[in-house]
Amino acid sequence: MRPVLEIDGLSVEFASARGPVAAVNDLSFAIGEGETVALVGESGSGKSTAAMAILRLIASPPGRVVKGRVLFEGVDLLGLSPADLRKVRGDRIGMIFQDPMMALNPVYTVARQIAEVLEVHRGLAGRAALDEVVSLLRLVGVPAPETRAGQYPHNLSGGMRQRVMIAMALECKPRLLIADEPTTALDVTVQAQVLRLIEDLKSRLGMSVLLITHDMGVVSQSAHRVVVMYAGRKVEEGATRDLFAAPRHPYTQGLLRAARRARADDGTLWEIRGTVPSPHAMPPGCGFAPRCDCARAACAAAVPELTRTADGHEVRCIVAAEGAA
Amino acid sequence: MTAPVLEVVDLVKHYPVRRGPFEPRKIVHALDGVSLTVRRGETLAIVGESGCGKSTLARCLLRLEDPTGGTIRLHGADITSLDADAMRPLRRHVQIVFQDPYASLNPRWSIGTLMADPLRLHTKLSRAERRVRAAELLAIVGLGGEFLERYPHELSGGQRQRVAIARALAVEPDAIICDEPVSALDVSIQAQVINLLMRLRREFGIALVFISHDLSLVKHIADRIAVMYLGQIVELADAAGMREGAKHPYSRALFAAAPTVDPVPGVSCEAPIGGDVPSPIDPPSGCRFHTRCAFAKDDCALTAPSLRAVEGRSVRCHYAGELDFARWAGGSS
Amino acid sequence: MTDLAAFWVRFRTNRPAVAGLAVLAVVLVMAAIGPTLYPTDPFDMVGRPFLPPFGAYPLGTDVAGRDILAGILHGARISLMIGIMASFGATVFGVAVGAVAGYYGGWLDNLLMRLTDFFLTIPSFVLAVVLVAIFSPDIVTIVLAIATVSWPSVARLARGEFIAHRQREYVLGCRALGMRDREIILFQIMPNALPPVVVVGSLTVATAILTESGLSFLGLGDPNLVSWGYMIGVARTVLRSAWWMAAIPGLMILITVLAINLVGEGLNDALNPRLRQR
Repeated sequence: MRPVLEIDGLSVEFASARGPVAAVNDLSFAIGEGETVALVGESGSGKSTAAMAILRLIASPPGRVVKGRVLFEGVDLLGLSPADLRKVRGDRIGMIFQDPMMALNPVYTVARQIAEVLEVHRGLAGRAALDEVVSLLRLVGVPAPETRAGQYPHNLSGGMRQRVMIAMALECKPRLLIADEPTTALDVTVQAQVLRLIEDLKSRLGMSVLLITHDMGVVSQSAHRVVVMYAGRKVEEGATRDLFAAPRHPYTQGLLRAARRARADDGTLWEIRGTVPSPHAMPPGCGFAPRCDCARAACAAAVPELTRTADGHEVRCIVAAEGAA
Repeated sequence: MTAPVLEVVDLVKHYPVRRGPFEPRKIVHALDGVSLTVRRGETLAIVGESGCGKSTLARCLLRLEDPTGGTIRLHGADITSLDADAMRPLRRHVQIVFQDPYASLNPRWSIGTLMADPLRLHTKLSRAERRVRAAELLAIVGLGGEFLERYPHELSGGQRQRVAIARALAVEPDAIICDEPVSALDVSIQAQVINLLMRLRREFGIALVFISHDLSLVKHIADRIAVMYLGQIVELADAAGMREGAKHPYSRALFAAAPTVDPVPGVSCEAPIGGDVPSPIDPPSGCRFHTRCAFAKDDCALTAPSLRAVEGRSVRCHYAGELDFARWAGGSS
Repeated sequence: MTDLAAFWVRFRTNRPAVAGLAVLAVVLVMAAIGPTLYPTDPFDMVGRPFLPPFGAYPLGTDVAGRDILAGILHGARISLMIGIMASFGATVFGVAVGAVAGYYGGWLDNLLMRLTDFFLTIPSFVLAVVLVAIFSPDIVTIVLAIATVSWPSVARLARGEFIAHRQREYVLGCRALGMRDREIILFQIMPNALPPVVVVGSLTVATAILTESGLSFLGLGDPNLVSWGYMIGVARTVLRSAWWMAAIPGLMILITVLAINLVGEGLNDALNPRLRQR
């Protein structure tokens, strides 16, 4: 079966005063039909850049896709004309962002913003559009949708705004939903509701979901598969259950230990030492080597290759690959 | 017994807001009758969602905001209505570390200058001595002396937060209020900063008031936990008690909602409460949580429960201790 | 300082701004050393009136036989000086009012902003005319009058900046340390609030030059000093017979104001932190 989205060797650079900086390096992964894939990483890992690159939303300059393909239903999005790309955006692929207030226009009512997309992509207008808006708001669990439709974004709570954003992303029943930190700005009790909503809609509409997050708790709850990024590179990929039960890359291990608030021997919280390397001063070998407890000389010499194990698990680490072999 | 570092009694903070020139003035009930004590060297966590008043409480404790009512005592002395000049020498007792290390350091000044400020204001050290002391303080938080010459934008989030902590430490405070100190940081860095704060508490006996929305974290580091909802404390218990199980439906829900890395199979992580936090303008009548509470009965909307002692803790619920949380899917935290 | 170097790198990429800066530099040099190199008194009747340019006198003579080039060079000094001094005064006063109003808020803010609004609602040129007409039309009065009509917009802007910054965490942190308001205003908020104010201040120079020209045109300039506006005022009756007499100083005003605006825009782009992140 052909995957819905296939990213193949994607590399993105940003121009800076000190020369080009690689934000995403040779990233490949695929999302199957009805699958939720989580792209996990911390700040500077390149996960958001990768998501933006899929829909060609990277400001250029300074950003530039250096190489790679983004195949959506077999078509390379990076090669589409602007007009063809617009047909894909918002229609076949929906996107929701971390901060709904930034993505909603404060001077238009909720109804008008949703209706605008309906008009562009589905040719609905007037009464028909308004009815559709109300039914969409009902779909995403907005109470009293008739009233809410006439309100402005600032009248809504954070959770309601995120629901409106989801409604906008779902208007055209997309094949793929890209959710960039959809719950980070929300309160915990609301976060769970929004995650459940995305899960619900996914099965009802038969979408695939690309979930970009830094929160391992969110991942374990919603994703089938996890792609872990560190310093612009994919370091590990595997089925969520496998990866959480037996992470192979030392970084993934550390991340999970930190997320579980595990204790070190002296009773303090377990921490990954050091900081993410600056994109200007990437170590020549494995990006994680300077912070890694099992690093050896070879790790600093060259970027390790991705190794694939029998169960489809991939890991970019010399030490882990030896252990598996 | 010595007086607690900080003590607030019945603290109230109301803000008037006016949405438009012709609309009536409304009152935001940011804090409504909050009482708590911060004991020497303890870690007190204050937990709640947006709008619960936890940040307002922090600002009132520091006298950055003037409370509408109630009393704030510092080492037993009433500081509720001291003016700026009387407050100034007392400022060194309580310091604050903010959430966003990108906003809490003035981008125009070098770390050296930023570190010298508290020393200049609260000690009689000479310029050269201040520099030496600043380097010592940076060393305590794990940063080298070379950082004195740098500017905030050259530092990572974790490094900035260390600077912010060193700056608070400079005046040798008795308490540091940490307003979401790690929620803007990456998971791999969070533990570093928490461990640093815990070490300072141990080594210098500084009390920490840890304001957070992150229950999974707070459970592990706090001595006592206060859960706030719409300007009120709904439950106050020691951490062990909270880990065993909260007694207020809201704190229960809050604990259940925090996404865990290892979900128990078959147990939904979703909070068994729906809807959003109501606006602190015109909070619900009676018990403020009754609009979202699965156990709410008729009288919950009518009479406001008071904070009362239930099984070794304080709970603001008419039915605390009688509720059957097993009815909830996500009952176990 | 690295800050300054980075600023220059950003400013340099803005070609119109660099061009504006170059033009402005030429005008400034002209004002600074022109009168020394070309010491002819602009009030001296040096020759026959109405001489066209490129004759005995490079730019010809005016209705009274005065050397137009001398007028342009000496006038540059006066026009620029009035423009710069008036906008400097307006900026300092406006920032002071805006800082106090924005930082303290409450009734003080209300009082100061109503005062500001009062000045903003009166057409500024009319107010300047009235002020100069009431007092004697000398250079000090003119500078003060122009500053009086220019400060309110600066005050509004500075107030907005101070309101935005006073609740920032770094300011709260300083208050928690017990820093005095004066120090917070001057040394913590001011350096962060200044960039947009500098931009508006620089644009105010252009407006001030125009206002001074307008005043001189109406005969309300300092009678003992030649400015570009004064020269246009003198030439206005003979606009049809000797158009260049008004066109030359007019062109100078146009070029200078345009250059200042370009530089101001360039400053805005280079100092604006939101644009900087792109």
